[in-house]
Amino acid sequence: MKHILGVLVENNPGVLSKVSGLFSRRGFNIESLAVGVTEDPSISRMTIVVNGDGYIVEQVTKQLNKLIEVIKVEIISDDSVVRELALIKVSANASNRNEIIQIASVFRSNIVDISKNALTIEITGDDQKISALVDMLKDFGIKEMVRTGIVAMDRGNRIIKANN
Amino acid sequence: MKITCAQAVLEALKQEGVEVVFGYPGGAVLPIYDALRESTIRHVLVRHEQGAAHAANGYARTTGKVGVCIATSGPGATNLVTGIATAYMDSIPMVIITGQVPVEMIGRDVFQEVDITGATEPFTKHNYLAKKKEDIPRILKEAFHIARTGRQGPVLIDIPRDVQEALIDFEYPKDVNLRGYNPTYKGNYKQLKNAARAIVHSKRPVICVGGGVISGNATDEVLELARRIKAPVATTLMGIGAYPSKDPLFAGMIGQYGAYSANKAIEEADLLIVLGARMGDRATGKTDEFAKGADIIHIDIDPAEIGKNVSTNIPIVGDVKITLRELLKFEIDREDWDKWLDMVEKFKDDESVIKSHDAEGIDPISIIKGLSSFCSDDTILVTDVGQHQLWAGKYFEINRPRTFISSGGLGTMGYGLPAAIGAKIANPDREVLLITGDGGFQMSMAELATIKQEGLDIKIIIFNNSTLGMVRELQQHQYDERYYGVEMVGNPDFSKIASAYSIKSVKVEREADVYPAIQKILNYKGTVIGEFLVDPKANVIPVSRRCSGETHIRSIG
Repeated sequence: MKHILGVLVENNPGVLSKVSGLFSRRGFNIESLAVGVTEDPSISRMTIVVNGDGYIVEQVTKQLNKLIEVIKVEIISDDSVVRELALIKVSANASNRNEIIQIASVFRSNIVDISKNALTIEITGDDQKISALVDMLKDFGIKEMVRTGIVAMDRGNRIIKANN
Repeated sequence: MKITCAQAVLEALKQEGVEVVFGYPGGAVLPIYDALRESTIRHVLVRHEQGAAHAANGYARTTGKVGVCIATSGPGATNLVTGIATAYMDSIPMVIITGQVPVEMIGRDVFQEVDITGATEPFTKHNYLAKKKEDIPRILKEAFHIARTGRQGPVLIDIPRDVQEALIDFEYPKDVNLRGYNPTYKGNYKQLKNAARAIVHSKRPVICVGGGVISGNATDEVLELARRIKAPVATTLMGIGAYPSKDPLFAGMIGQYGAYSANKAIEEADLLIVLGARMGDRATGKTDEFAKGADIIHIDIDPAEIGKNVSTNIPIVGDVKITLRELLKFEIDREDWDKWLDMVEKFKDDESVIKSHDAEGIDPISIIKGLSSFCSDDTILVTDVGQHQLWAGKYFEINRPRTFISSGGLGTMGYGLPAAIGAKIANPDREVLLITGDGGFQMSMAELATIKQEGLDIKIIIFNNSTLGMVRELQQHQYDERYYGVEMVGNPDFSKIASAYSIKSVKVEREADVYPAIQKILNYKGTVIGEFLVDPKANVIPVSRRCSGETHIRSIG
């Protein structure tokens, strides 16, 4: 089962390697990990997607909390806002270019680059939406794809905050 | 007035109450050595960096203070690695300082450069690469705080040589500000109430104590708890010393190589109270068969240890001393306790030693018992790793905390001699006894020079069976007696090794000479190497007629 963790860490060099090292040496599987600075420049926030049962998630949370530079670990609920950005470069020529653009617009994605034989599409959404677009574009020939890994945030008043 | 960061490091050590550092110099750490020369802090020069780490470990474990060791960059730092991992596995508070190549050279594979913070990250509680001179006082302050609070452990500080030389205005911080580090000390009230209720209703409770009781200085509270609730007390290897062996409620060490009485008591228990123990695989054997009939109360300062290896009914995160004091305020007295204690007493009677073969040398257990009978409760016993360690753990009577010093979690051969050096330097007026094997002794015997250099008095007992006995025993049980790579061909004449360092030695070949030899060794003023030729076929298992350890042998590699 997939679980999404929101993790606040000190914005220090080396923190990422401490976190990722912990996952590999304890045998936890990371599906994706995205990291960036928060509203407080001294704090970075990681969104980590882990695969595993309740025991694994409990262990991951506890072991993460043991790292000195980890400030807070929260499990993000299933109904939260979950987004990922993907760039997809698709083969395109004069005959099928319009069709691809139409598909892209159905997904509310953007064409960010165009050339004689390729189109680059930028899409934002959850995993399902991105997978659906990828599926539609497969027949045209996907030349290249890059995904950011998901970022997530709880809805409403629930926030992950460092209590200083 | 500005001082160098190297001087700032020494000033910080002084303010943290450090009196001794163990170390080995090299190019990248020379500024610190230059500052050490002018400092009041004593420097003990070892003969291999691993010895410095183990000595700091022995120093820390016998005193409860933070042990400090220093080495240079590259090979100096990597030689510390085994010692750091040893300390990490046993939760020993240590600060390790390494030199590093200058900041702008980092990452270019220059001479004696190694990424030691990367290398030690899995087995340090925390580590720092101190690239900015102004961070030095804060990092030192944090490192000592992290090492000695919460679940203790080693913290490494890697300082580039140019940073050591840089000048700063030194002001040592009064407080630390670590928003990601807030250990829980006080146990949850509701859970304590549940624990008290479980204790009152239990018919066959057992207390199991680990190293956390020793590092948490909670031995008095454990004694009070055991006597109040009339429960037998078992220990893990790391917990030896957390409960007096001579106490009638003491049931022995649990685990694969533990006492029948301790394992049997846990097998029969309906309530197991685990205190400051991580319930490692060597202690529990198959976890689904461990304490099958018992509810488990687990008190530990590290929340990640609770429920990691054995599932717990009442988890309590907290400092074991503070939490036990709270628990003792509850109504926890039990009725009808005598039947269970009588039962456990009978388990102890079943623990009779048998010999399964004709001995070809001295019975190792008789040496341990002899040593134990001539030593006081004040004696610090240090062991290496192997059969002698487990015999010592079982048959040497340990009645006080911090008097049994042994590498538990990592099982590091070569630990004994340098750890004994650290123990003796920390406790110059107490008897320090090292029990080691011919294998482990040879891994670190270069440190005999350190003993000589520092003028130490350590009684070194070598159990010489010219074999790696523990491995041989595993090959006997698990590989159908196909022995390989365990015979120590080419062992030196240990008396000649001793005399090369002008150290006295005694060689004992017959069982009849054991007791007089022990007396002679212990009465001598100064270091003695006592070499005992022990039976090479002697095993740790099976030592008892009915050993519940049988299930452990099958389950553990």
